[in-house]
Amino acid sequence: MTQGLLTAAYLAASVLFILALGGLSNQETARRGNVFGMIGMVIALVATITGAQVTSYTALGVCMGVGAILGVVVAARVQMTAMPELVAILHSFVGLAAVLVGFANYLDPSVGTHFTGTEKAIHEVEIYLGVLIGAVTFTGSVIAFGKLSARITSKPLLLPARHWLNLAMGLLCIWLAAKFVGAQSLPAGLVFLVIMTLIAFAFGVHMVMAIGGADMPVVISMLNSYSGWAAAATGFMLSNDLLIVTGALVGSSGAILSYIMCRAMNRRFLAVIAGGFGAEGGTVIAGSCVQGEVVPTSAEETALLLKSAKSVVVVPGYGMAVAQAQHAVSEIARRLREKKVNVRFAIHPVAGRMPGHMNVLLAEAKVPYDIVLEMDEINKDFPQTDAVLVIGANDIVNPSALEDPGSPIAGMPVLEVWRAKTVVVMKRSMATGYAGVENPLFFKENTRMLFGDAKSSVEAILVAI
Amino acid sequence: MPMKIGIPKEIHADERRVAATPETVEQLIKLGFSVTLEAGAGAGANFADDAYREEGAEIEPDARKLWASADLVLKVRAPETHPELCIDEVDLIREGAVLISFIWPAQNKELLDRLAARKVTVLAMDAVPRISRAQKLDALSSMANIAGYRAVIEAAHCFGRFFTGQITAAGKIPPAKVMVIGAGVAGLAAIGVAGSMGAIVRAFDTRPEVKEQIESMGAEFLELDFKEEGSGAGGYAKVMSPEFIKAEMELFARQAMEVDIIITTALIPGRPAPKLITAGMVESMQNGSVIVDLAAEQGGNCALTEPGRVVVKQGVSIIGYTDFPSRLPTQSSQLYGANLVHLLRDLCKENNGQIVLDMEDDVVRTATVIKDGEITWPPPPLKTPAIAPPKPAAEVPVAPPMAKAAKPTWGLAMLMAVAGLLLAGLGGVSPPAFLAHFTVFVLACFIGYMVVWNVSPALHTPLMSVTNAISGIIVIGALLQISSPEPLVWILAAVAVLIATVNIFGGFFVTQRMLQMFRK
Repeated sequence: MTQGLLTAAYLAASVLFILALGGLSNQETARRGNVFGMIGMVIALVATITGAQVTSYTALGVCMGVGAILGVVVAARVQMTAMPELVAILHSFVGLAAVLVGFANYLDPSVGTHFTGTEKAIHEVEIYLGVLIGAVTFTGSVIAFGKLSARITSKPLLLPARHWLNLAMGLLCIWLAAKFVGAQSLPAGLVFLVIMTLIAFAFGVHMVMAIGGADMPVVISMLNSYSGWAAAATGFMLSNDLLIVTGALVGSSGAILSYIMCRAMNRRFLAVIAGGFGAEGGTVIAGSCVQGEVVPTSAEETALLLKSAKSVVVVPGYGMAVAQAQHAVSEIARRLREKKVNVRFAIHPVAGRMPGHMNVLLAEAKVPYDIVLEMDEINKDFPQTDAVLVIGANDIVNPSALEDPGSPIAGMPVLEVWRAKTVVVMKRSMATGYAGVENPLFFKENTRMLFGDAKSSVEAILVAI
Repeated sequence: MPMKIGIPKEIHADERRVAATPETVEQLIKLGFSVTLEAGAGAGANFADDAYREEGAEIEPDARKLWASADLVLKVRAPETHPELCIDEVDLIREGAVLISFIWPAQNKELLDRLAARKVTVLAMDAVPRISRAQKLDALSSMANIAGYRAVIEAAHCFGRFFTGQITAAGKIPPAKVMVIGAGVAGLAAIGVAGSMGAIVRAFDTRPEVKEQIESMGAEFLELDFKEEGSGAGGYAKVMSPEFIKAEMELFARQAMEVDIIITTALIPGRPAPKLITAGMVESMQNGSVIVDLAAEQGGNCALTEPGRVVVKQGVSIIGYTDFPSRLPTQSSQLYGANLVHLLRDLCKENNGQIVLDMEDDVVRTATVIKDGEITWPPPPLKTPAIAPPKPAAEVPVAPPMAKAAKPTWGLAMLMAVAGLLLAGLGGVSPPAFLAHFTVFVLACFIGYMVVWNVSPALHTPLMSVTNAISGIIVIGALLQISSPEPLVWILAAVAVLIATVNIFGGFFVTQRMLQMFRK
């Protein structure tokens, strides 16, 4: 394949990738978008493999074959509730691949020789950056995977002087970069590169360890972004525009998602990354104590309430995902819709452990997507709503975010469920949410508490309907 | 020895309510009390004596005996002179007994003194504070709700047309237009009823925070171009400035020419009702229009209202009844009785038929106007404000937006300058090949930025998995090195190919799987 054809193929692949992302703007075109992405990938791979540089097809075939089978098997088996874990571990693969490609490129004697002067320095900086970002992405994603799959405690690990530690590691990496670029021989440079990689590994671990479970949507999006930047840095290193374009697309996509998630929590990106939110671990913050009575209710009463309502809004949270209650919830919605009740779902941007997590779970349970609404679409409808069912959510329906300027979550946009006639909150106990803030919603007169495991409660309601 | 509750027949002329229904009697007995009713006490509200007997109450034909034997008297109206026995109810009550009823202590100072002289304890249902905890015993709200409902029914009764608009074979009927002044409990109830009967409803209130409530009931909120905060203590309205009143009156004058029915509910605690509808406005209304004046008892919101009567002036029926709740006696007795049960449940926590007045309790303290013959009215101010004051949202953000708007411009300019300098520096030192790639990179970032903002939030998870799949494109880097003769490079590249392929296939397949689940 000539260089011209290769470039044309890469251009086609870049356009198809852009179309793939564009297709996701709504549900109808999303599948087509994904197909565009696949076609783009096939074109890029075929063009590269048939290029002059690739000769050892056996090794290639084996590696790609094994990788493909592994990928398909994992993708086919994964539970929808485990999507955040899968995405996290896939991010780590991109990060690791970036590290490996960076090292391979540095060690490859056929590459380094034809650069001189500034070009050589720039090339080495590109290698260095690719490896650095890749390494942080790799260990960060592995830790995120561990936290999401509950292999590691989701509580933030807060070392003393952790900000200084991060700063020291950052400065060390810059110093090593200077040493690396200035290194006279390949082995000398390699030492600096390896040390930097180890520091970057440690940095990735430390960064994600310090972030608590409910901030995971930000972490996942951020790692998504990093994996893109790692690919882009690799593209610079290899002078490959396709990698640069793809990396930039993925990088900016992740950055935007992180921004959306931070805005939905009314927190600064840096504050999330620096960690430590929710370190109080569920203790009530002094001064925010709420007085009032909690009115418990039963599944039968809730069923009666739902049946007699004209319009019902269901607010799912991470609790629904943990209890795997989405199918029973969907069944309730289906039966109520048969009875001509207007049932809708309200999704807060940070509900769950990754952006859009709740939407995927509801889609899995066959909830039609046109009744699943975003916070901004549904907030104005709560005053006309007869009944709201809150399943395993807490901070995202906390009125003190709007009413109490002293609250730690003040200013965070929330679902204003308390404006509805009646709110039923399903909860395991009266414990505070992730942010450790007492929720005045539970004490409102129009709130009923349905205590117990979300799944058994939902099933009991289903039986009673 | 459980306390004996006595429920006399109401003696006020045309009063049909009663302080207990068979349903509430059952609950009172469950609390441990014994209950006696005067014969025929529930007759006006359509409750037969036998219905009370079935729930375990005793019936006493003699009012004197009933009063004399009761430890706790539940009534609706404040005590007054008995028309048949020619003796005041105050003198019938046994010394040391407890009386719970409407009292209106501010207006009935002399009654309060006489009750105190009898060494009794009196709880006034009208003095229950307006805090959320006490809502279940708020009889004023219960009665206001009924009054609002009945006001619309009375208006419909006097009004010669349908409320709802209809297109019939005989022609088109326009819907009636209703204006409700004052959106308290009664006003909101009236809005709801009039709306559900099909009328076009508009409502006005001096308190801007009720706008949302009015709109939630389906009515249009009439706004003045005049800003003044109308909320007084305890969620009630206060007296407004002359300028405000002028603007308000102009609004009413305009509306009066247009609407068919006006329902006024404007009251300011402890003052005569404000005069909002002048004789001139009544004259400007069309013949056959109706005004219902729910403030008639406090003098009326309409200048031509005659309390207690319906009058027709200038072709407009003006309804000035002062006993709306009593005109729906079964409903109002049931709600009032339920309010009393809630109060007694709070006073009798042990379910032993004994009441304990905990004067530390805000609700009990405020409702108690005489304790053991000592006047305890007016009560001290509440420890907690009745309703949280609305945040001063209007004034605060005036200045900051200006500063805020200016700052980003500066920030942006600075940012642009720094970016320009960096670019110039970059262009000065780097080779052209790098700059070409850099161009591609920057443009791709912008494309990504534009494209991703259009992604539906519902598809954020598929977005992440598909970007994950395409970031597997890093495999190309590894593919280019897998044919290297260096074994170390080869091994590194092979591992990279393997894991990046997992990524590509896993990412695309799981995305496809997810997207297939999204359906209408």
